[in-house]
Amino acid sequence: MKALTALILGAFFLLFVYAESDLPRPGDPAAPTRVHITPRYIEGSFPETKTPNIVTAVLADYRGYDTLGETAVIFTAGLAVMLILPRALRRGKRQ
Amino acid sequence: MRGIIHNTIVDGVARLMVPFIQIFALYVITHGHYGPGGGFQGGVILAASIMLLRLAMGEEEEHRRFSPTAAAAVAATGILIYFAAGLLPLATGGVFLDYAREPIPWLQGPELRSLGILVVETGVGMVVWGTLVILFDYLIGSEP
Repeated sequence: MKALTALILGAFFLLFVYAESDLPRPGDPAAPTRVHITPRYIEGSFPETKTPNIVTAVLADYRGYDTLGETAVIFTAGLAVMLILPRALRRGKRQ
Repeated sequence: MRGIIHNTIVDGVARLMVPFIQIFALYVITHGHYGPGGGFQGGVILAASIMLLRLAMGEEEEHRRFSPTAAAAVAATGILIYFAAGLLPLATGGVFLDYAREPIPWLQGPELRSLGILVVETGVGMVVWGTLVILFDYLIGSEP
Protein backbone atom coordinates (compact mmCIF):
# COMPACT_ATOMS: atom_id res chain seq x y z
CA MET A 1 0.00 0.00 0.00
CA LYS A 2 2.79 2.38 0.93
CA ALA A 3 4.65 1.49 -2.27
CA LEU A 4 1.51 2.24 -4.30
CA THR A 5 1.09 5.63 -2.56
CA ALA A 6 4.72 6.46 -3.24
CA LEU A 7 4.31 5.42 -6.87
CA ILE A 8 1.23 7.63 -7.36
CA LEU A 9 2.88 10.58 -5.60
CA GLY A 10 6.01 10.13 -7.69
CA ALA A 11 3.94 10.02 -10.89
CA PHE A 12 2.18 13.27 -9.91
CA PHE A 13 5.55 14.83 -9.04
CA LEU A 14 6.89 14.03 -12.49
CA LEU A 15 3.65 15.29 -14.08
CA PHE A 16 3.93 18.61 -12.22
CA VAL A 17 7.61 18.99 -13.12
CA TYR A 18 6.69 18.36 -16.76
CA ALA A 19 3.77 20.84 -16.60
CA GLU A 20 5.94 23.44 -14.84
CA SER A 21 8.28 23.56 -17.85
CA ASP A 22 5.42 25.08 -19.90
CA LEU A 23 4.63 27.84 -17.36
CA PRO A 24 5.90 31.35 -18.14
CA ARG A 25 9.08 32.35 -16.26
CA PRO A 26 8.48 34.50 -13.14
CA GLY A 27 8.50 38.14 -14.20
CA ASP A 28 8.14 37.33 -17.87
CA PRO A 29 6.56 40.43 -19.46
CA ALA A 30 4.97 38.32 -22.21
CA ALA A 31 3.03 36.08 -19.78
CA PRO A 32 -0.69 35.97 -20.59
CA THR A 33 -1.77 37.66 -17.32
CA ARG A 34 0.60 40.56 -17.98
CA VAL A 35 -0.47 41.03 -21.57
CA HIS A 36 -4.14 41.87 -21.09
CA ILE A 37 -5.15 41.97 -17.38
CA THR A 38 -2.28 43.96 -15.84
CA PRO A 39 -2.26 46.83 -18.38
CA ARG A 40 -6.04 47.03 -18.10
CA TYR A 41 -5.83 47.62 -14.32
CA ILE A 42 -2.82 49.93 -14.48
CA GLU A 43 -4.37 52.14 -17.16
CA GLY A 44 -8.04 51.82 -16.25
CA SER A 45 -8.29 51.69 -12.47
CA PHE A 46 -7.72 55.38 -11.76
CA PRO A 47 -10.07 56.84 -14.40
CA GLU A 48 -12.71 54.26 -13.57
CA THR A 49 -12.62 54.31 -9.77
CA LYS A 50 -10.76 57.54 -8.79
CA THR A 51 -8.66 55.36 -6.47
CA PRO A 52 -4.88 55.84 -6.82
CA ASN A 53 -4.10 52.55 -5.06
CA ILE A 54 -4.54 49.86 -7.72
CA VAL A 55 -4.44 47.09 -5.11
CA THR A 56 -7.41 48.59 -3.25
CA ALA A 57 -9.32 49.15 -6.48
CA VAL A 58 -8.84 45.52 -7.52
CA LEU A 59 -9.55 44.18 -4.02
CA ALA A 60 -12.73 46.11 -3.27
CA ASP A 61 -14.12 46.95 -6.71
CA TYR A 62 -13.06 44.66 -9.55
CA ARG A 63 -12.84 41.68 -7.22
CA GLY A 64 -15.44 42.88 -4.74
CA TYR A 65 -17.35 39.61 -4.84
CA ASP A 66 -14.23 37.74 -3.74
CA THR A 67 -13.64 40.14 -0.85
CA LEU A 68 -17.29 39.75 0.20
CA GLY A 69 -16.71 36.02 0.44
CA GLU A 70 -13.51 36.50 2.43
CA THR A 71 -15.30 38.80 4.87
CA ALA A 72 -18.13 36.30 5.25
CA VAL A 73 -15.57 33.56 5.98
CA ILE A 74 -13.99 35.67 8.74
CA PHE A 75 -17.40 36.45 10.21
CA THR A 76 -18.39 32.78 10.07
CA ALA A 77 -15.17 31.82 11.86
CA GLY A 78 -16.07 34.24 14.67
CA LEU A 79 -19.59 32.82 14.90
CA ALA A 80 -18.23 29.28 15.01
CA VAL A 81 -15.92 30.20 17.90
CA MET A 82 -18.89 31.75 19.74
CA LEU A 83 -20.93 28.58 19.24
CA ILE A 84 -18.29 25.94 19.95
CA LEU A 85 -16.02 27.33 22.66
CA PRO A 86 -18.55 27.92 25.48
CA ARG A 87 -19.76 24.33 25.02
CA ALA A 88 -16.19 23.01 25.15
CA LEU A 89 -15.48 25.07 28.27
CA ARG A 90 -18.57 23.74 30.03
CA ARG A 91 -17.62 20.18 29.16
CA GLY A 92 -14.14 20.82 30.53
CA LYS A 93 -15.57 22.07 33.83
CA ARG A 94 -17.76 19.01 34.29
CA GLN A 95 -14.85 16.57 34.01
CA MET B 1 -7.17 36.52 33.74
CA ARG B 2 -8.93 36.39 37.11
CA GLY B 3 -7.70 38.61 39.92
CA ILE B 4 -5.75 40.98 37.71
CA ILE B 5 -3.24 43.17 39.56
CA HIS B 6 -3.75 46.82 38.72
CA ASN B 7 -0.48 48.52 37.92
CA THR B 8 -0.38 52.29 37.59
CA ILE B 9 2.26 52.25 34.86
CA VAL B 10 0.47 49.64 32.75
CA ASP B 11 -2.85 51.42 33.30
CA GLY B 12 -1.44 54.81 32.38
CA VAL B 13 0.42 53.64 29.29
CA ALA B 14 -2.63 51.74 28.03
CA ARG B 15 -4.92 54.72 28.59
CA LEU B 16 -2.39 56.99 26.86
CA MET B 17 -1.77 54.73 23.88
CA VAL B 18 -5.26 53.50 23.04
CA PRO B 19 -6.66 56.75 21.56
CA PHE B 20 -3.63 57.05 19.27
CA ILE B 21 -3.86 53.40 18.25
CA GLN B 22 -7.53 53.82 17.39
CA ILE B 23 -6.95 57.04 15.44
CA PHE B 24 -4.18 55.27 13.53
CA ALA B 25 -6.59 52.38 12.81
CA LEU B 26 -9.14 54.80 11.33
CA TYR B 27 -6.32 56.37 9.30
CA VAL B 28 -5.27 52.96 7.96
CA ILE B 29 -8.86 52.12 6.96
CA THR B 30 -9.50 55.43 5.18
CA HIS B 31 -6.00 55.63 3.69
CA GLY B 32 -6.51 52.38 1.80
CA HIS B 33 -7.36 54.49 -1.26
CA TYR B 34 -3.91 56.11 -1.38
CA GLY B 35 -1.42 53.67 0.07
CA PRO B 36 -0.99 50.45 1.98
CA GLY B 37 -3.90 49.83 4.27
CA GLY B 38 -7.57 49.05 4.13
CA GLY B 39 -10.29 47.34 6.08
CA PHE B 40 -8.48 44.16 7.08
CA GLN B 41 -5.42 45.90 8.48
CA GLY B 42 -7.30 48.74 10.17
CA GLY B 43 -9.75 46.32 11.76
CA VAL B 44 -6.87 44.33 13.21
CA ILE B 45 -5.36 47.48 14.73
CA LEU B 46 -8.73 48.47 16.25
CA ALA B 47 -9.09 44.99 17.75
CA ALA B 48 -5.54 45.23 19.12
CA SER B 49 -6.44 48.43 20.96
CA ILE B 50 -9.43 46.70 22.57
CA MET B 51 -7.24 43.72 23.53
CA LEU B 52 -4.66 46.06 25.10
CA LEU B 53 -7.40 47.62 27.24
CA ARG B 54 -8.68 44.18 28.29
CA LEU B 55 -5.20 43.05 29.27
CA ALA B 56 -4.38 46.23 31.18
CA MET B 57 -7.68 47.04 32.92
CA GLY B 58 -9.03 43.56 33.57
CA GLU B 59 -11.98 42.07 31.80
CA GLU B 60 -14.84 42.87 34.18
CA GLU B 61 -14.33 46.61 33.81
CA GLU B 62 -13.69 46.36 30.08
CA HIS B 63 -16.68 44.13 29.34
CA ARG B 64 -18.91 46.82 30.80
CA ARG B 65 -17.54 49.27 28.23
CA PHE B 66 -17.38 46.97 25.18
CA SER B 67 -18.95 43.58 25.76
CA PRO B 68 -18.37 40.47 23.62
CA THR B 69 -22.01 40.81 22.56
CA ALA B 70 -21.29 44.32 21.31
CA ALA B 71 -18.31 42.94 19.39
CA ALA B 72 -20.57 40.38 17.72
CA ALA B 73 -23.01 43.17 16.87
CA VAL B 74 -20.18 45.21 15.30
CA ALA B 75 -19.08 42.25 13.17
CA ALA B 76 -22.65 41.55 12.04
CA THR B 77 -23.21 45.22 11.22
CA GLY B 78 -20.03 45.22 9.14
CA ILE B 79 -21.12 42.33 6.95
CA LEU B 80 -24.59 43.89 6.61
CA ILE B 81 -22.95 47.13 5.39
CA TYR B 82 -21.04 45.14 2.76
CA PHE B 83 -24.19 43.33 1.60
CA ALA B 84 -26.16 46.59 1.56
CA ALA B 85 -23.49 48.23 -0.62
CA GLY B 86 -23.80 45.25 -2.94
CA LEU B 87 -27.60 45.13 -3.02
CA LEU B 88 -28.36 48.87 -3.35
CA PRO B 89 -27.27 49.08 -7.04
CA LEU B 90 -29.95 46.49 -7.85
CA ALA B 91 -32.54 49.16 -7.04
CA THR B 92 -31.34 51.34 -9.96
CA GLY B 93 -30.90 48.53 -12.46
CA GLY B 94 -27.24 47.70 -11.86
CA VAL B 95 -25.73 44.35 -10.99
CA PHE B 96 -24.61 43.09 -7.56
CA LEU B 97 -21.66 45.16 -6.17
CA ASP B 98 -21.73 47.59 -9.12
CA TYR B 99 -20.89 50.69 -7.06
CA ALA B 100 -21.27 52.99 -10.08
CA ARG B 101 -25.04 52.39 -9.89
CA GLU B 102 -25.50 53.23 -6.20
CA PRO B 103 -28.62 55.40 -5.84
CA ILE B 104 -26.82 58.63 -4.86
CA PRO B 105 -27.87 61.25 -7.43
CA TRP B 106 -25.23 63.97 -6.86
CA LEU B 107 -22.22 61.73 -7.55
CA GLN B 108 -21.08 60.33 -10.91
CA GLY B 109 -19.66 56.93 -11.84
CA PRO B 110 -15.97 57.02 -10.78
CA GLU B 111 -16.68 59.03 -7.61
CA LEU B 112 -19.43 56.59 -6.69
CA ARG B 113 -17.07 53.66 -7.16
CA SER B 114 -14.49 55.38 -4.94
CA LEU B 115 -17.17 55.93 -2.29
CA GLY B 116 -18.32 52.33 -2.66
CA ILE B 117 -14.78 51.11 -2.01
CA LEU B 118 -14.64 53.22 1.17
CA VAL B 119 -18.00 51.90 2.40
CA VAL B 120 -16.97 48.32 1.70
CA GLU B 121 -13.60 48.77 3.42
CA THR B 122 -15.41 50.18 6.46
CA GLY B 123 -17.62 47.10 6.53
CA VAL B 124 -14.60 44.81 6.26
CA GLY B 125 -12.89 46.73 9.07
CA MET B 126 -15.90 46.29 11.36
CA VAL B 127 -16.09 42.56 10.63
CA VAL B 128 -12.39 42.04 11.36
CA TRP B 129 -12.53 44.22 14.48
CA GLY B 130 -15.56 42.45 15.94
CA THR B 131 -14.40 38.96 15.02
CA LEU B 132 -10.94 39.38 16.52
CA VAL B 133 -12.40 40.73 19.77
CA ILE B 134 -14.77 37.72 19.83
CA LEU B 135 -11.85 35.34 19.26
CA PHE B 136 -9.85 37.00 22.06
CA ASP B 137 -12.71 36.95 24.55
CA TYR B 138 -13.77 33.39 23.90
CA LEU B 139 -10.25 31.96 23.71
CA ILE B 140 -9.34 33.67 26.99
CA GLY B 141 -12.42 31.86 28.31
CA SER B 142 -14.06 34.61 30.32
CA GLU B 143 -17.41 34.23 28.58
CA PRO B 144 -19.75 31.70 30.27
